[in-house]
Amino acid sequence: MINSVHKKINSIVFSIFSPKQIIDSVSAKIVTPELYDREGYPVDGGLMDLRLGVIDPGLRCKTCNQKLKECPGHFGYIELARPVIHIKFVRQILDLLRSTCRSCGRVLIPDEKVKRYVSMLNKISDDEDAEERRKKVKEIISKYKAKDKCPHCNSKQEKIKIEKPYNYYEGDVRLSPIEVRARLEKVHEEDLVIFGFSSSNFRPEWMIITIMQIPPVTMRPSITLESGERSEDDLTHKLGDIVRINQRLFENINAGAPEVIIEDLWDLLQYHITTFFDNEVSQLPPARHRGGQPLKTLTERIKSKEGRIRHNLAGKRTDFSARTVISPDPLIGLNEVGVPQSMAMHLTVPERVTEWNKEYLRKKIENGPKKYPGANYVIKSDGRRKTITDETKEEILGELEEGYVVDRHLVDGDIALFNRQPSLHRMSMMCHIVKVLPGKTFRLNPAVCNPYNADFDGDEMNLHIPQNEEARAEAKILMLVETQIISPRYGLSVVGCIHDAITGNYLLTKELVFTRNEAADLLYGCGVEDLSSLPDKDRIDGKEVFSVLLPNDFNFVGKDKSGNQVKIVNGLLKSGLMDKSNLGQESGLMLRNIFEKYGPAYTADILGKISKLGIAVLARRGFSIGIGDLDLQNEVSEEISAIVKKAETEAHKLIDSFYAGNLEALPGRTIAETLELRILEALNRARNKSGDVAIRQTKESSALTMAKCGSRGNPLNIAQMTAVVGQQALRGKRIEAGFNGRTLSYFKKGDLSPKARGFIKNNFKSGLTPNEFFFGAMTGRDALMDTALRTPKSGYLYRRLSNAMQDLKVAYDGSVRDASGRVVQFTYGEDNLDVSKTKNGVIDVKEIIQQTIGEKK
Amino acid sequence: MKAEHEELIDSYKDKLPLLVINELKDNISASISKSDISKIMEVVSSAYSSAKINPGECVGLVSAESIGEPGTQMTLNTFHFAGVAEMNVTTGLPRIIEIFDARKEIKTPMMEIFLLDPHNKLENIKNFATKIKETVLGELVSEYSLNIFEHTLTIKLNKMLLDDFRLSVNDMVKIIKTKVKGFTLQNNEEEITLLQKGGKPEDVKNLYNLKEKIKSIKVLGVKGIKQVLPVRRDDDYIILTSGSNLKDILSMPEVDATRTFSNDILEIYNMLGIEAARQAIINEVYRVIEAQGLNIDIRHVMLVADIMCASGAVKGITRYGVVKEKASVLARASFETPIRHLINAALAGEVDNLTSVVENVMINQPVPLGTGLPGLVTKMK
Repeated sequence: MINSVHKKINSIVFSIFSPKQIIDSVSAKIVTPELYDREGYPVDGGLMDLRLGVIDPGLRCKTCNQKLKECPGHFGYIELARPVIHIKFVRQILDLLRSTCRSCGRVLIPDEKVKRYVSMLNKISDDEDAEERRKKVKEIISKYKAKDKCPHCNSKQEKIKIEKPYNYYEGDVRLSPIEVRARLEKVHEEDLVIFGFSSSNFRPEWMIITIMQIPPVTMRPSITLESGERSEDDLTHKLGDIVRINQRLFENINAGAPEVIIEDLWDLLQYHITTFFDNEVSQLPPARHRGGQPLKTLTERIKSKEGRIRHNLAGKRTDFSARTVISPDPLIGLNEVGVPQSMAMHLTVPERVTEWNKEYLRKKIENGPKKYPGANYVIKSDGRRKTITDETKEEILGELEEGYVVDRHLVDGDIALFNRQPSLHRMSMMCHIVKVLPGKTFRLNPAVCNPYNADFDGDEMNLHIPQNEEARAEAKILMLVETQIISPRYGLSVVGCIHDAITGNYLLTKELVFTRNEAADLLYGCGVEDLSSLPDKDRIDGKEVFSVLLPNDFNFVGKDKSGNQVKIVNGLLKSGLMDKSNLGQESGLMLRNIFEKYGPAYTADILGKISKLGIAVLARRGFSIGIGDLDLQNEVSEEISAIVKKAETEAHKLIDSFYAGNLEALPGRTIAETLELRILEALNRARNKSGDVAIRQTKESSALTMAKCGSRGNPLNIAQMTAVVGQQALRGKRIEAGFNGRTLSYFKKGDLSPKARGFIKNNFKSGLTPNEFFFGAMTGRDALMDTALRTPKSGYLYRRLSNAMQDLKVAYDGSVRDASGRVVQFTYGEDNLDVSKTKNGVIDVKEIIQQTIGEKK
Repeated sequence: MKAEHEELIDSYKDKLPLLVINELKDNISASISKSDISKIMEVVSSAYSSAKINPGECVGLVSAESIGEPGTQMTLNTFHFAGVAEMNVTTGLPRIIEIFDARKEIKTPMMEIFLLDPHNKLENIKNFATKIKETVLGELVSEYSLNIFEHTLTIKLNKMLLDDFRLSVNDMVKIIKTKVKGFTLQNNEEEITLLQKGGKPEDVKNLYNLKEKIKSIKVLGVKGIKQVLPVRRDDDYIILTSGSNLKDILSMPEVDATRTFSNDILEIYNMLGIEAARQAIINEVYRVIEAQGLNIDIRHVMLVADIMCASGAVKGITRYGVVKEKASVLARASFETPIRHLINAALAGEVDNLTSVVENVMINQPVPLGTGLPGLVTKMK
């Protein structure tokens, strides 16, 4: 029977166990430090007592009679021979000792004043927190302390000091935990409220341990080594120490041993219990293994990124997941993911046997786990799971009936979640439709690389298979790639054509002309079957070919990358070129309009077709790059060297006038700074100018084409390859002297000329001189440092932001509220608009007006 | 535009945000007929309602993602020289972190001071700039001589500089007298001598302290304004300052207090209140984002600013600020210092009602966001 009772936790209460509660709730009293008897069976009353839960297969828990993995474990207790301070409450105990009377136990504030302070303190703990409140209490007390007398019983008060980590002194006399406990017992219940302690469920003396809880065995399992030896958990080791010392202390007390010995043992017990809770107390040497490595005790288990909370509770591991290298497949759909068949045979989807799918599932079982598409397990109506093997196959097929669940292999059309780390935004985990393919890698459409920030230089990605209808429906409706095309960050598309797809469409709409046959072939090749909208002409130009992909009622006016108008009227590209600004990622205005008008599925479809068209065009036309692409025409390279020369002379002139003392300082700067800035400006100007010249050249080159249409590279890259690399800047300045007075020992001291301060006048094609190369390496290294330092910083900022804002949501009334219902915004973003449903954050009023009137005309 | 057209557009006031209404008014030309306008209005309002946000949307996380994700693309470079005549300002990721931390001391405090006519003209701007720049006595001194036997400190003033600032030695004496106690002053044309009253040999230290104190005595200008830079901004001449002192600057009659601002969020909060601080956070963060060439919608920045200001005081996004305000113990514990939060919760007997996200993740329950929010009630047969 599958667990059908659905329990929901409504709230969790935090409080401190009282000794009585501990004794009432435990299932065993631990009396001996021994773990196992000679047969290796857990000792009764030992730390591995069977009443504390089971960790050995085959044994049953003596408390709940359940087997391994069923029994959650049960607490035990030991009675301490002498009470011990709980290390985590040391501060609070100190505060209480200092603020209460040593003889009558009342708080050291006169009765009549208490009421007034309580309301003030309540406000503090509302605004700040309990710690702030206790600080304030101390302040108030110190006001009355001056008298050194208890306002209630007039007895004299002594100063209480603490010797860290856990020894209290009154004057020079040490207060033993027994005495401390006696003081705390005297504290009145109504006074506890002042300190912000819960009054109903808390007594201060509980902060002193008299009865200690022993955690269940299940949370400190021992591991059996290959040699058959048992290796105990750190906590068990620590508990063993505690029980052992406690026994000795008992014995010594009963035997009437001298006080010194008892004191020593007591201190030792305190040390062990302290390190049991926290092994990183600053004043104590940490308890260590025999090897010398510190034990990992309770606090270390909870704390930090690898601790229980962040590692196991806020993040969990999953079954039905897979990971492998990714590789591109431009022919696969935008919504699809190619899954290797070997993976598909291990990832399963549970499917319930019904009247209608019985035969279909029967076939899967017949195929078994080794033949695709088969099935791996069957879950019977009573919840028992059976593995399908050649032996069990017949039996399973015989008893298969409605209500059984078959874990069948993954097949085409199944739903999967696909994810790449770091998962920085919600598009890092999207839903894909499975397509089982041969090979050993995940295949994905290169257009979805951008949201995942993936490339194919060895990146790996994860795949998860949702296991029930609810999860699958939610994934498919809310997380499918096509629904995530528009980024909620800025309201434009995050997926779009990349690389060759853009170049191909750019060339297509710019210059290519086909015969009708070629055009039809091209279009058919990228999935267009209805060629009726292809014009009936012999020569068809690229724009007309492209227009076939567009819907007939689509109108669009925009700009291409070079600023020319792109006009689409009734699905025909009239003017303009298709480049990055209309097809690409993070801009893709045309795509954005198609998405708005025709919806996600249509957009995904047309995007696939456009991509394929671009690639097909390039495949036919041919597109390559070589060293010849970086050749400049003679007049161009002359012009460039003239520009560079001019800039250098300008810089030298500036340097001369600097030395002559007639350089005028800019406001707020010294003359030397002014010189630097002006030289930097002159040199950068020269680089930009020569870059422009290089771009302007008429010569055909693939590098230029790519830079122009935005598919890869930018004018600066080309300028650096063909013209000048330019000034290398470190921290916004020219390279500064690293040696005494010079950048490299090659130069003269005090040389301010461009070449001595990191100006590279060669280009990458002609090659750099050694000193230029060194300057280039300097900035390159600086950039690497910057990235290495930035990643953890921005990661931490992100973690803080997401932790602070994770529970903000839009309430049903449209306001933004946090988890406790506090209003943060009355209307989200002041206008209730969902960014992912807008165009770059706004409703395009102008376009609506135009469309509405346009329709009429 | 005709009145009836305007009336028609205004009738949508309840349905559309003001911004859209205004944009409509600006863009609808008079030549458009009334029926067309009503058609446009219908289309716009349906476009608006279909772009509205859904209840249950986890806007906080979306905003955090939107700001956190491009964080890796921001530069760490603190220095910024856009154009020739600009000042060093913290930009990029360090600035964003600084704002979200709500630091008390920011790295490069800065003001943009707008002036009222006629002070915003080229001729007058320099005067005002020198007037507000803080000048300390140390800058005017050319020599200190300390006589430890006679317990005197003699400072020699730079006459040229004094003249530049139109100050006299007597002015200096007056200023020093108000600030320094326990010394007698004598002066001549160039020097001021301070004699310690009843000086003992062991009081030499006092003389050294005096020297340091004198160095930092403010002579002229506004406290904290370390550098001034008049700059042309559109038709105005404005003053950029390094160092910030809103209180004193805003109370000057020449200053256009409606436009002058500082980049110190906490100073703005103390001077102008929480709403001003919220807007300042939005402006400052957005300025950095734009300078970095990133595209992040303003709504995300607004939400961060709102959560920082929701309690009525500016709270940083740190374990001492916004996160501390959370009601849930486990949510706080999952962020930083988990043990401390658990201990304090136990002492105060806190109850976690499991209303936010992480707690429900921790105990394997659906999260109260999005599709996890609505409950379904059904009649059992």
